[in-house]
Amino acid sequence: MENVTLKENDGVKEGVDQETVDAVREVGGKYKYGWSTDIEMEYAPKGLTPDIVRLISEKNEEPEWMTEWRLAAYDRWLTKKEPDWAMVDYPEIDFQDQYYYARPKSMIEKPKSLDDVDPKLLETYKKLGIPLKEQMVLAGVEGAEDIPAEGRKVAVDAVFDSVSVGTTFQDELKKAGVIFCSISEAIREHPELVRKYLGTVVPVSDNFYATLNSAVFSDGSFVYVPPGVRCPMELSTYFRINAENTGQFERTLIIADKGSYVSYLEGCTAPQRDESQLHAAVVEIIVEEDAEVKYSTVQNWYPGDEDGKGGIYNFVTKRADCRGDRAKVMWTQVETGSAVTWKYPSCILRGDDSQGEFYSIAIANNMQQADTGTKMIHLGKRTKSRIVSKGISAGKAQNTYRGLVSMHPKAKESRNYTQCDSLLIGSDCGAHTVPYIEVKNNSSRVEHEATTSKVDDDQMFYCRSRGMDEEEAVALVVNGFCKDVLQALPMEFAMEAQALVAISLEGSVG
Amino acid sequence: MLSIKNLHVELEDEDKKILKGVDLEVEAGKVHAIMGPNGSGKSTLSYVLSGKDGYEVTDGSATLEGNDLLDLEPEERAAAGLFLAFQYPVEIPGVGNMTFLRTAVNAQRKARGEEEMSAADFLKEIRAKAKDLKIDADMLKRPVNMGFSGGEKKRNEILQMAMLEPKMCILDETDSGLDVDAMKLVAEGVNALRNEGRGFLVITHYQRLLDHIKPDVVHIMSDGRIIKTGGPELALEVEHNGYADILAEVA
Repeated sequence: MENVTLKENDGVKEGVDQETVDAVREVGGKYKYGWSTDIEMEYAPKGLTPDIVRLISEKNEEPEWMTEWRLAAYDRWLTKKEPDWAMVDYPEIDFQDQYYYARPKSMIEKPKSLDDVDPKLLETYKKLGIPLKEQMVLAGVEGAEDIPAEGRKVAVDAVFDSVSVGTTFQDELKKAGVIFCSISEAIREHPELVRKYLGTVVPVSDNFYATLNSAVFSDGSFVYVPPGVRCPMELSTYFRINAENTGQFERTLIIADKGSYVSYLEGCTAPQRDESQLHAAVVEIIVEEDAEVKYSTVQNWYPGDEDGKGGIYNFVTKRADCRGDRAKVMWTQVETGSAVTWKYPSCILRGDDSQGEFYSIAIANNMQQADTGTKMIHLGKRTKSRIVSKGISAGKAQNTYRGLVSMHPKAKESRNYTQCDSLLIGSDCGAHTVPYIEVKNNSSRVEHEATTSKVDDDQMFYCRSRGMDEEEAVALVVNGFCKDVLQALPMEFAMEAQALVAISLEGSVG
Repeated sequence: MLSIKNLHVELEDEDKKILKGVDLEVEAGKVHAIMGPNGSGKSTLSYVLSGKDGYEVTDGSATLEGNDLLDLEPEERAAAGLFLAFQYPVEIPGVGNMTFLRTAVNAQRKARGEEEMSAADFLKEIRAKAKDLKIDADMLKRPVNMGFSGGEKKRNEILQMAMLEPKMCILDETDSGLDVDAMKLVAEGVNALRNEGRGFLVITHYQRLLDHIKPDVVHIMSDGRIIKTGGPELALEVEHNGYADILAEVA
């Protein structure tokens, strides 16, 4: 693989490898990831009962304590109601009409070489733009880890429907002391860590979807970075829903021990289907003293068609807990997919001088509905938070920013800055901003700025008179509008995100 | 090169006629100037030629090298070789000047079935051209026209023109808001682009720009028509006597 250096005017930072560039170049068509892979799957029966919960636990070879934890969550779930306060509207979900467990049959035995791997699975990775070596490791090919790596290193964990299918660069990470594996493996291999941290940031009873996730999560990623270690590469997880009528419930747990650093990327895609599919994930991040975590998401689940048929219902609970002093967490999200998005990556700023940042681009086109934002809970002294939200609405979409900034009595001299910009394309869409601000001490400062603008006819004409067609012009203007957030993304994602912005707005003008 | 015949244009939203039969022929290699009092339809002519919304052509035609301009989208007109230097260049927040230009250059190349310009070639070329117009590296990086002074905006328009290498350039009151030094710089930029294959239509109120960009032909426009055509001396006549005499003469 050849390393290319692209100049600044490409909109790409230096050092992006050719494969990433090509993968992004290939991006085209209405929804690039709309294919499904015809792989033999093993399903658990439809519906949710204690037996299904036990079955999931058993399939993952979990210890008794985990099974009990899940069953307790299941009991709690039965007592909870779906939240209805978000500005989203969708038909009632029949939770008994879902599959809660599915996995590719070929994962049951480990293949010896790429030839033994179900070619369809490999095809899937290829389409996702995962480099060959990583494809081999993900496919579980024995010895693939020992093949020298090419180009820039990104460790990848892929979750295909409910099961983590493999994690790359295990050995190298192990040398640094970093644990990066599927959560099911972590439950088996590192029970002491999982028991200590699981459910401590997002409690089992947190909300309807988080409780459901706690009962039925089938897999996800686990990261532990030991004290003082700077994770030697970016960690990345690809989530893919493939099977029909299958809910995907991943659980991600990231622990950055004292003075450590890790950057984590998450990418999501799903095939194009007429039926809506459910996705309810939970991400918990624990940031100890002087540690720093960057968590970036490019969410591109299938958004449904122009008439709102199909698409993913994305109900996600993501939260980071800055437990120690001077802990730092940064959420960056690019939300372009899903029919319905309900998501508020939050920061609990418990340690003194801890910092939380939230950068978000949410694009809603056609019939998409997005209700997204963040919560910054300031508990410690001199804690700082920054929120930059860019909402783009087109078609008949509704896009809501909902955010809470809370300064507790002990959070003396804390500060928040919120910038919340909405861009409208066309006249049938809506943008809403719902900021909640609570300040319970008199030495903290909260700033909130909000703007709403439209893509201007003059800007469009100016771009077009220079030779760009309408879609190029909109993409350019919108990418400019999102620049502050795009810059916060790691380079691989920045480029993918730019291309995605353009694709998700196709058909929004003219 | 540019051929306009009996062009009649109304505003789309209100029943108002702006152009009432414009005839104009700009040959390759020539610089034509259009002068005229406020509200005579000069800027409308430039907008209609480049395809801005809000105008309705009720009669007549406009072609560029035989291509019917009026039938093309604005971006197709650009790819066909038409360029308009705006009187009021538009600001685009967050979009780097260089990114904007590179997107434009490659969009035109793609539309013409040519290969895209490589990052290295583009960079080399834009640096050289920016230097001639005294545009510094910082201005190339800043978002398009954001926080640019009047002079910077107009120089930036000429830089775009130089990079896009159009066949037919329309300059809409490029001298407005410029001091003498800035105007000289812009005029030098335009003069550097004059060649046998390229036509220019320079729209201006004042003769002073034409001291620096010497026209071959000068037209006087009034109330939606070209009422008089002559050589460079016509511009001087306007400078000395104003439009009143000419208007009276043709009335």
